[in-house]
Amino acid sequence: MLLIHCPYCEEERPEPEFRHAGEAHIARAENITELSDEEFERHFFIRSNPKGIAFERWRHMHGCARFFNAARDTLSDKFLVTYKIGTPKPDLSGEIRRK
Amino acid sequence: MTQAFRIPSAGRLDTGRTLDFTFDGKSFTGLEGDTLASALLANGVHLTGRSFKYHRPRGILSAGAEEPNALVGIHRDEARRTPNVRTTIQELYAGLTAVSQNRWPSLSFDVGAISNLGAPFFSAGFYYKTFMWPRAAWERLYEPVIRRTAGLGVAPDKPDPDHYSNRFAHCDVLVIGGGAAGLAAALAAAEKGASVIIADEQAALGGSLRFESGAEIDGRPGWEWAQETKTALRARDNVRVLTRTTGFGYYAHNMLGLVERLTDHLAEPSPEAPRERLWQVRAKRVVLATGAIERHMVFPDNDRPGVMLASAARTYLNHYGVAVGRKVSVYTAEDSAYAAAIDLKKSGTDVLAIVDLRTDPEGALVEQARSLGIDVFAGHAVTGTEGRLRVRRVSISPVSGGPRRELEIDTLLTSSGWTPAVHLFSQSRGKLAFDEENQRFLPGEYVQDAVSVGACNGTSDLAETVAESLRAGETAAKETGAKKRKTVKFEAQASEDWSSGMAGAAPGAKSGSKAMAFVDFQHDVTAKDIRQAVREGMRSIEHVKRFTTTGMATDQGKTSNIHGLAIASEMLGKPIPQVGLTTFRSPYTPVTFGALVGHGRGKLFEPTRRTPIHSWAEAHGAAFEPVGQWERAWYFPQNGEDMHAAVARECHTTRQAAGIFDATTLGKIEVVGPDAARFMELMYTNPWQKLAVGRCRYGVMLREDGFIYDDGVVGRLAEDRFHVTTTTGGAPRVLNHMEDYLQTEFPELKVWLTSTSEQWAVIAVQGPKSRDIIAPFVEDIDISDEAMPHMSVREGRVCGVPARLFRLSFTGERGFEINVPADYGLSVWEAVWAEGQKYGACAYGTETMHVLRAEKGLIIIGQETDGTVTPDDAGLNWAIGKKKTDFVGIRGLQRPDLVAKGRKQLVGLKTTDPKTVLEEGAQVVADPDQPVPMKMIGHVTSSYWSENCGHSIALALIEDGRERMGEKLFVPMPDGVIEVEVTSTVFFDPDGERTNG
Amino acid sequence: MVEIAHRTSPLEGRGFEGDGISLSVAKPASRLSLRAPEGSLPALSEALGLELPQRPKSTSTKGNRAALWLGPDEWLVIDEDGADLMAICGKIPDLHSAVDTSHRNVAIEVSGARSADVLSAGCPQDLSLARFPVGASSRTVFGKVEIILWRRDEQTFHVECWRSFSAYGFDLLEAAAREAE
Ligand SMILES: [Zn+2]
Repeated sequence: MLLIHCPYCEEERPEPEFRHAGEAHIARAENITELSDEEFERHFFIRSNPKGIAFERWRHMHGCARFFNAARDTLSDKFLVTYKIGTPKPDLSGEIRRK
Repeated sequence: MTQAFRIPSAGRLDTGRTLDFTFDGKSFTGLEGDTLASALLANGVHLTGRSFKYHRPRGILSAGAEEPNALVGIHRDEARRTPNVRTTIQELYAGLTAVSQNRWPSLSFDVGAISNLGAPFFSAGFYYKTFMWPRAAWERLYEPVIRRTAGLGVAPDKPDPDHYSNRFAHCDVLVIGGGAAGLAAALAAAEKGASVIIADEQAALGGSLRFESGAEIDGRPGWEWAQETKTALRARDNVRVLTRTTGFGYYAHNMLGLVERLTDHLAEPSPEAPRERLWQVRAKRVVLATGAIERHMVFPDNDRPGVMLASAARTYLNHYGVAVGRKVSVYTAEDSAYAAAIDLKKSGTDVLAIVDLRTDPEGALVEQARSLGIDVFAGHAVTGTEGRLRVRRVSISPVSGGPRRELEIDTLLTSSGWTPAVHLFSQSRGKLAFDEENQRFLPGEYVQDAVSVGACNGTSDLAETVAESLRAGETAAKETGAKKRKTVKFEAQASEDWSSGMAGAAPGAKSGSKAMAFVDFQHDVTAKDIRQAVREGMRSIEHVKRFTTTGMATDQGKTSNIHGLAIASEMLGKPIPQVGLTTFRSPYTPVTFGALVGHGRGKLFEPTRRTPIHSWAEAHGAAFEPVGQWERAWYFPQNGEDMHAAVARECHTTRQAAGIFDATTLGKIEVVGPDAARFMELMYTNPWQKLAVGRCRYGVMLREDGFIYDDGVVGRLAEDRFHVTTTTGGAPRVLNHMEDYLQTEFPELKVWLTSTSEQWAVIAVQGPKSRDIIAPFVEDIDISDEAMPHMSVREGRVCGVPARLFRLSFTGERGFEINVPADYGLSVWEAVWAEGQKYGACAYGTETMHVLRAEKGLIIIGQETDGTVTPDDAGLNWAIGKKKTDFVGIRGLQRPDLVAKGRKQLVGLKTTDPKTVLEEGAQVVADPDQPVPMKMIGHVTSSYWSENCGHSIALALIEDGRERMGEKLFVPMPDGVIEVEVTSTVFFDPDGERTNG
Repeated sequence: MVEIAHRTSPLEGRGFEGDGISLSVAKPASRLSLRAPEGSLPALSEALGLELPQRPKSTSTKGNRAALWLGPDEWLVIDEDGADLMAICGKIPDLHSAVDTSHRNVAIEVSGARSADVLSAGCPQDLSLARFPVGASSRTVFGKVEIILWRRDEQTFHVECWRSFSAYGFDLLEAAAREAE
């Protein structure tokens, strides 16, 4: 059972309160109807699924009910950072290189 | 039976407090505080079981959790027959009934032991080679035979009558292991002010202080110190001491699983007491003080009853006051076993010899043994044993060659060294490092916030262990923010050291030897088997393990892993770290399913959701069906009706007069805010901006990929307020889907979502008499057709309480749905029911609801749709706002395969024989005479007998179905082919006149 | 004239008294799911007569009315006297969403020296006074259902859950409460 820091509740809470919500930083295109089939495929079906640091969305489903983003090392399960929706993707290139 | 081997002057038990018990029907006496093993040994019983594969007689090897041999069944009653209980863990209670396992007809004469003679047949990998084919023989022959002849105890065949408990716990410092190391760490952390949990698998704390006769801590004998320290810890309110509690799993983010055994040691447990409790502990820091496990020596016939671990003999003597034999010898490759010989000798037991593989053993213990008159055979090995049900003779020879000598004994104590218990550390994903000098794996790199102390950390000296543990406890507390100044300091000393030793096969069991020299007792794996695995091409220890099954028994190879590894490494000519160590997995020792399930049995297995009207339905004889977690009224049989008759009557009555239906389980979401309509436009395919206040619309929700996700009727209560309904099962995911888009894609919209599924009880009244039935109860709302047409909603009062009244229909009849605050639901239902009786109305359940909607061709999400159905497939293109520039799914709908020809489309099917009702899920083909496998062009999604139509009806998804109207298709079934005709989806009242009629 | 409908609680007749633990069903109350941006809080707070708390996991109370912070723009307002909270908020023109949830939730009072222990049978949060002090409240889970937990004093927790989950919630509380310590 993971312990996840909710950026809205401002504390670590147990995993059963959360729900994983897929890869982060995949914004729905504003001109979605104009996407080519290839662009839509990339947008909707293709995910990176990295070994190592993954950016992912979580929802504090049974807490504050907010969606938020997290960077988690899929090897150790350690969260490097969690942050509110709308904040830019943090630069963790240093962390990633160190791995 | 007398306890002939009990030494009154030794041990810590009160010889006045006796307990009677039986083993295989024979009565014995033991003492309060005994384990079953110590009580059996006190009565001279070593033989406790037969081995897994060869049915060799086996005795008690250890005095702890690592026990591979002495497993028995404990029988309390018919339902409480616990198999595979380690006698070394099971505490004695008055009337305990134990039975041996894996033997027939009796323990001392076992027919299965014949397989011992066929041992070559059972060599490594035999499962894979011998039983490979024919395949069918597995089920009928191999598996039953293997299960009967090889195996462990028998599981009870009755439901478990016990109950189990769960607790989540949190602490600053969790200490696993209550020996000297754990106690010192816990004390230091507690004194600093940290909240501490300390858990130990035994009934009393103290760990190896139980047997270490020379240990002194803080000026007192080690055991006394441990008991005093435990009492002091118990008295503190920042410490929880858990005894009989095994830390079995180390999971992510410092979450550990502990299982506390609460009643297995009691003669008459209270029925209120759970048998076991699972503790899920989240600790800021973990101190692992799990000790070390002594290894046996691997030599020919090293498995006879009476051959046991040296430390176990000391435990039985020093703690339980039991001499494990009358004529004892020791076979060792390290120092600590000398202490066992010395303690036994001092207690008056005849200790004949210490056989030491080392050529020049030296030090205080060696000197002391010699001075007590024990023969020390340095540079010697035990090369064989004799004795049928108990060892009675051993042969020893000099390692360098020389004459063989025989010793007449009844007990042989062995030790080849100590294996640090790094199981939990390894489970925490920490990396192990190999200590070449002492042939052992030690904690290397930590991944979680943990520290190992004492023997599990390779610290083999008590003084150092205590100092290290005090430091670790204090540091851990400080790291969690504990601030008290208090520092604990005291010293310890002991006469022995746990380093050194050897791993692998001893002389006599080396390569070329055909001897049965056991590595893994529980799975009957010998040194020869491991060598054979290497010869047959296994290179990694993971392969060797699976090929030989070494370390795969319920003891997970606690005494055997390092031996197996060393033998494989020798054969491969590679150092141990390169051969690798198998992964340690939870649980450390077996955990019952009961403990893992905890409270989650029976009615607590899963919440059963019931509507406010449930009790009425129950009282009126409803049959219920589960719909997700809901228990819904399925149909209401009357006067002995079967389901078919009841549903036919309900369907007929509803269309003739009226039917009353509990629709409370429908999901409901209130969408509120100035941008509510804009948000609805994005979430549903339909247009919403122009929906007038007071009107309703059927909405279709898609996922971004263009497939139907949910549907439901939506009413507009105000410019900025919508009452959205979802399917019963879809309510939580629809709300999650909406929140996802609102929070992450459209956060600029000023709108909020609130689940109101359970705020409202929903009473559907459907049928030509529906308006008459509800009329007397409705206040403040004009329910005439003119004022309140089909698909409208009004707020007012029903039965004097606030209500939302919908005019809508899922039956094709004139219909209303009364929403009242849930606590009023039952009362309002009863009033409506009573009124309905005047008009001949019936109550109907979910089955009739399904039939009536199918007669009208209305879809059910999850029945007509399966996540790959588009609105066009379902005939719902009309529900897509053609002028809309965006909604979730708009792009997905344009995907090439979603607009391609040949998609399956929803149609009706009528069987040529009107009485035949198709099976839901049945496949449809165009040509029944084509060869198998046939080309399937679709499948039946819904199928019922329709009393109102007088024939069966079905909905189906068929390739290009709408172009096939009138076509004959076929449904091949096991007992014949059924001919059907493709029709419209609407079977009843095709012009829809009845909704207003 | 039609008879006025009466209420039936889903936990009709439930209750438990044990050593150091008591479980009882709270009386019906008015409840509001209130959503609002920061700018609307002064007006809503004034209308409700209590300060809507803005710190996570916190609560404010005034008499028999309480507002529980559930999320950054979400509160559960409970009025144990049954006041018409919808009407109160309906008068406020500032941006907000008020939805009546009086009948959606049922509340169980868990009190006694063992209250935190009994809740720990199903709640994975740390309920020590240091981490879950008096006045703290939070949405969380209890076994297999979602609850809202509010610590009213050191030994008293107010547990809210949706009505159809309340039987399960009460059953699990009772199972844990029945365990001899
Ligand atoms: Zn949160």
